[in-house]
Amino acid sequence: MKLRELAHARTGDKGDTSNISVIAYDPGDFAFLREHLTADRVQAHFADIVRGAVDRYELPGLGALNFVMHSALGGGVTRSLSLDAHGKSLSSCLLEMEIPDDQSVRSRA
Amino acid sequence: MTATWAAARSDGKVTMRTIRIGSGAGYAGDRIEPALELAEKGDIQYLGFECLAERTIALAQQARLADPDGGYDPLLTARMEMVLPTCVQRRIRIITNMGAANPVGAAAEVARVARRLGLHGLKIAAVSGDDVLQTLQGGDYSLMERPGTVAGLGDRVVSANAYLGVAPIVEALRGGADIVITGRVADPALFLAPLVHEFGWDLADWDTLGKGTIVGHLLECAGQITGGYFADPGYKDVRDLARLGFPLAEVAADGSAIITKVAGSGGEVSLRSCKEQLLYELHDPTKYLQPDVVADFSSVRLEPDGADRVAVRGGTGTARPDTLKVSVGYRDGYMGEGQISYAGPGALARARLALDIVQERLKLTGVRADELRFDLIGVDALHRGPQGDVPEPPEVRIRVAGRTDTLAEAVRIGNEVETLYTNGPAGGGASKSAREVVAVVSTLIPRTAVTPTVQYSVA
Repeated sequence: MKLRELAHARTGDKGDTSNISVIAYDPGDFAFLREHLTADRVQAHFADIVRGAVDRYELPGLGALNFVMHSALGGGVTRSLSLDAHGKSLSSCLLEMEIPDDQSVRSRA
Repeated sequence: MTATWAAARSDGKVTMRTIRIGSGAGYAGDRIEPALELAEKGDIQYLGFECLAERTIALAQQARLADPDGGYDPLLTARMEMVLPTCVQRRIRIITNMGAANPVGAAAEVARVARRLGLHGLKIAAVSGDDVLQTLQGGDYSLMERPGTVAGLGDRVVSANAYLGVAPIVEALRGGADIVITGRVADPALFLAPLVHEFGWDLADWDTLGKGTIVGHLLECAGQITGGYFADPGYKDVRDLARLGFPLAEVAADGSAIITKVAGSGGEVSLRSCKEQLLYELHDPTKYLQPDVVADFSSVRLEPDGADRVAVRGGTGTARPDTLKVSVGYRDGYMGEGQISYAGPGALARARLALDIVQERLKLTGVRADELRFDLIGVDALHRGPQGDVPEPPEVRIRVAGRTDTLAEAVRIGNEVETLYTNGPAGGGASKSAREVVAVVSTLIPRTAVTPTVQYSVA
């Protein structure tokens, strides 16, 4: 199952740092996401893009995780050679990640 | 509302139950007419326009060097022509950072627009003091993003602007300004300032300033909370994006708020749209650094409050930092780029061949580039991650981009892509470009080294 089935996401940018929020459609899936969507997995998913560390922050009240990826935007939005210098599309790329099938998944809200 | 409003304006002590603030733009080039919809139908008292991205002010500074009267937002005139008559009629006060590198010049332009429209007696305030270029050149300021100092960038530095807080905007509102035009201020400050002014919030009340900052953060990107930067057909369907309504917040004296939009406008204000914008450009949720407060988003609660209405409660803050962040714009060499497309069976193989040819040509002809990038648009330009075998795309566009020290070298990169027309595989639709790069780095400056000023004029 792709992460997209359980969560939506948004990328933000500041300098050379990109953050991706991952938000469970159903807050009941938050614990499942917290278990499977680790900083290490996100780092591996973006191995060819992110050159620095990946930090994860938890927002259980929102059913969300926030990943902060350092040295992730080709030297910074204002000097990156990337077609998508802001990394706006990275959130969608993250939703491609395979996660275990969750039998308890409810339909999307 | 008009009567109440007049009372509030003639006596700063009068507090209203709620203040309604609209967000009329989320970036410099944003749509023009949603702000008018907010002014006409949003029953708002304030209209904010956030139009300064990290680099915008550096480019504006370059524009001002070419034209001393310029250097403010190119869309200022169009936006003011659109909203001023309604804002004057409904006594909606405007707050914007469209002053960019020249707030005083922008104020003069707004006065010209007002006169042209036959609007008289408008008080316009220009907030300056964010330009700290002179100060930085005399000191030893470390860069935040990498080793080195501002002085080390030498004469490549084109601008240095500190993120000001609410104080000068509040001063301007207390001074009776109908329109407040700033250069660099913290984006949420455009929305926090009217709340501080109206509710008389203490500038050391970190909890309430934290809550107000969260409201400002939710509003500052305009359509990004009402269904923009959001739609994903089949998963997140959003109606009527061509008529996306921009947001407004109905804020109470305790800093709690309802986020909503004009009834009948496109888009949605929902838990999911608000969650995404709450976390947008956030790092540590407990430490959102602002000039006025360190906001803490970790305890924010979002609750539905009817159709296209979301209640925002909770959140807090801690004491403001002693330093202000400064964005330093500098000339960072040049960027050259070329693209060309391939289609039909074997498109991907021809595109890969084309990239190989360009790579070899750049070496053969001695193009000096510090960094080169080779993209297969449609295959790996956005995400180079572990994707396994790529299915054969029906078409693919190649892109070669590189960083150089001179414009002439940058031009050669695009040329080597373009010459594929007659020297490479069969492809079409080539394009090329070369430009100077103005990049931005950051540093910190003691708060005491920055002195904001407010200048008034009457149209």
